Amino acid sequence: MKALTIQKQAIAGTIESSDVQIIIDQNPGKGIEIELKSSLEKQYGRRIREVIEETLANLGVKEAKLVVEDRGALDCTIKARTIAVVHRSAGITENYDWEGIEAWNV
Amino acid sequence: MVRNKIGREIPERYAKQYGVFEGAWARKPNYKRAAAKVSTIYPGESKLLSSIREAIEKTGLKDGMTISFHHHFREGDYVMNLVMDEIDKMGVKNLSIAPSSIANIHEPLIDYIKKGVVTNITSSGLRDKLGSEISKGLMENPVVIRSHGGRARAIESGDIHIDVAFLGAPSSDEYGNANGSHGNAICGSLGYARIDAKYADKVVIITDNLVPYPNTPISIPQTDVDYIVVIDSIGDPNGIAKGATRFTKNPKELLIAKYANQVIVNSPYFKDGFSFQTGSGGSALAVARYLKEDMIKKNVKASFALGGITQQMVELLDEGLVEKLLDVQSFDREAGQSIKENENHYEIDAAMYASPASKSPVVSKLDVVILSALELDTDFNVNVIVGSDGMIRGASGGHSDTAAASKMSIIVTPLIRGRISTILDKVNTVVTPGESVDVVVTEVGICINPLRQDLIEHFKDLPIPQYTIQELKNKAYEIAGTPDPIEYDDKIVALIEYRDGSLIDVVRKVKE
Repeated sequence: MKALTIQKQAIAGTIESSDVQIIIDQNPGKGIEIELKSSLEKQYGRRIREVIEETLANLGVKEAKLVVEDRGALDCTIKARTIAVVHRSAGITENYDWEGIEAWNV
Repeated sequence: MVRNKIGREIPERYAKQYGVFEGAWARKPNYKRAAAKVSTIYPGESKLLSSIREAIEKTGLKDGMTISFHHHFREGDYVMNLVMDEIDKMGVKNLSIAPSSIANIHEPLIDYIKKGVVTNITSSGLRDKLGSEISKGLMENPVVIRSHGGRARAIESGDIHIDVAFLGAPSSDEYGNANGSHGNAICGSLGYARIDAKYADKVVIITDNLVPYPNTPISIPQTDVDYIVVIDSIGDPNGIAKGATRFTKNPKELLIAKYANQVIVNSPYFKDGFSFQTGSGGSALAVARYLKEDMIKKNVKASFALGGITQQMVELLDEGLVEKLLDVQSFDREAGQSIKENENHYEIDAAMYASPASKSPVVSKLDVVILSALELDTDFNVNVIVGSDGMIRGASGGHSDTAAASKMSIIVTPLIRGRISTILDKVNTVVTPGESVDVVVTEVGICINPLRQDLIEHFKDLPIPQYTIQELKNKAYEIAGTPDPIEYDDKIVALIEYRDGSLIDVVRKVKE
C-alpha cells in the first residue's frame, strides 16, 4: 500500500481495560519513538512495542512520536488502534485502502 | 542451591534450616508439643489494665521478642496498628511479628520495618503496598509465608514461639473469657486466635465490649489469658465483612462455576453425607449456588461444610442441606451472626482445621474443596501468593492444606485475566504442589491431573470439554501471546513454607 505520513496529532483507543490508547504526532528527523505505560510492561512491554513498530512499518510510517497507554490489550487490539491513529493523523477518513491493509494484516 | 522435589531452587542456608519439600506426605510428625509459660493470678488480683501501653509494660515485652495478632478483623482491624504504634513509642526494637495474616490496613508496618521496630515477619499473606515494598527488598530477613495449617503446626511444634499475643475480641469479661460473636465489631469465629491464646507466654485480650462475668460462649478461656484492656473500638464492622465477595454476575465466572459444579455432582464423592469447602472468590461462591440446586434436585445432603464460612454456607445450613458448619473464620456478618445463634454452626481452631501436626485435622475428612489460583503451571503447581508482576500480593491461606488432604481438589480459574495467562510453563512461586491438585476448571473446559487416572476414567463421559494442561496453556498463549518471564535478583524476600515446615519455594527480589 501507499506509505502514509504523520501530519498532525491524533488519538485512537480508550483507557478501558483490555484496550490501549495511542496518541501520535510528528517526529521530524527522529524516527519512531514510543513512550509506553503498561501495568504489563515486564511481561508484554517488548511485545507491545514490537506490534506497534511492525504495524507502523507496514503503513510506511518512518517518523512518529507515540504516547501509548496500555490496559492489557491483545495484539489484535494494539494493531487496530495503531492503524486507526495513523489514518487519522494522515487525514484519511474515507476510501481506506482495505486491500493494502489486508495484504499484511492477516 | 538445593533443588526440592518439584525442582525449585532453595539457597543452601535455608535448605539446611528448614529442609526442602520432598512430597506432600514426606514428613509424618511425631513430636512433643510446645507449651506456654504460665504465671498464675490469685483470687482478688485484677487482670484489667487501663491501656495498651500498660499491657505492653506488664507483659515484659523486650527487644527481639515475638508477638502475634489474629486476622479475623481483616480490613477492619484496628488492633495491630494501635499496639504497634504504642510499641514504637516505647522504643522497643527488633521484634518478630507472627500475625495469622496481614491486610491492606496494616500498611503502617512499612514504617515500623524502616525504623527497625519489626525485623522479622511470618504471615499467611501480604497485601498490595506492604507486599510490593517487601518484594522490592524492604526487609533484610525474608518473610516466612505459612499456610493456616502450617502456622498452627509451627506454633504447636515450637518453630514459632509467641512471647506475647495481642488478641482483639468482640466481647470479653474481666477474666478474659472471650468470643467473636457478641458485641459491636463481631467477627464470628476466633479460630486462628485460639491457637495463639493457648501457646503464647503472655496473652492480652483487647476488647471494646466488656461484659459481666462469665462471658459465654467461651472461644478463648480465662485459663489462657493474662490481661484485658478495654479500648473505644477494636475494628470497623464494614472492613471486617470484607472477606467475601458478593454473588458474581460475570458470565465467565458463572460458566466456570457451572462446570465446577458439574464436576462435583458427577464425582464419586457426591452422595448423602459428603463434605466440602468453597473459598470466598466470585466463582467459588457461585459454585455454592449451583451446588445447592443440585442437592435439592437429587436429594443429597452434606454432613458438613468447612473453612472460611460465608452467608452462602449459612443458607445451606438453615435450609437443612448441610448438617453442620465447622468454622475457623467467618467471612461476613451473616456467618458471624449464625455462629452465635445456630448450635450446628461450630467454631474450630486453626489446628483442628488444618494442622498437619495435630493428631488429625478436619481437612482430613474433607471430600471436595474448591480453590482459586493466581497462576497454575503445566506441572499443576499453584501460585496464590505472588502476582504476575512478581510482587507478593496474596495469601497462602488454607490452600495447600485442603488441596493435600481432601479427596478431590478443584482449582477454578479463568484461562486469562486481562492479558495475563493464568496457565504457564512455570508459575512465579509455588504454594501448592501439583500432586495435590486434581481438577482444573476454566471457562473453556476442564483438565484432570494425570495422577488421577481414576477420575479421568470416571469423568470420561462428562459433557464438558476436556483438555490436557498443555493444551489449556497453548490456548491461553494463542490469545494472549507468550509473556516474557519476570526477572529477579538473587536476594530472597520470602520463604514459602509447605504445611509440613519444609521449603516448597522462595520469592526473590524483583529486578527494578
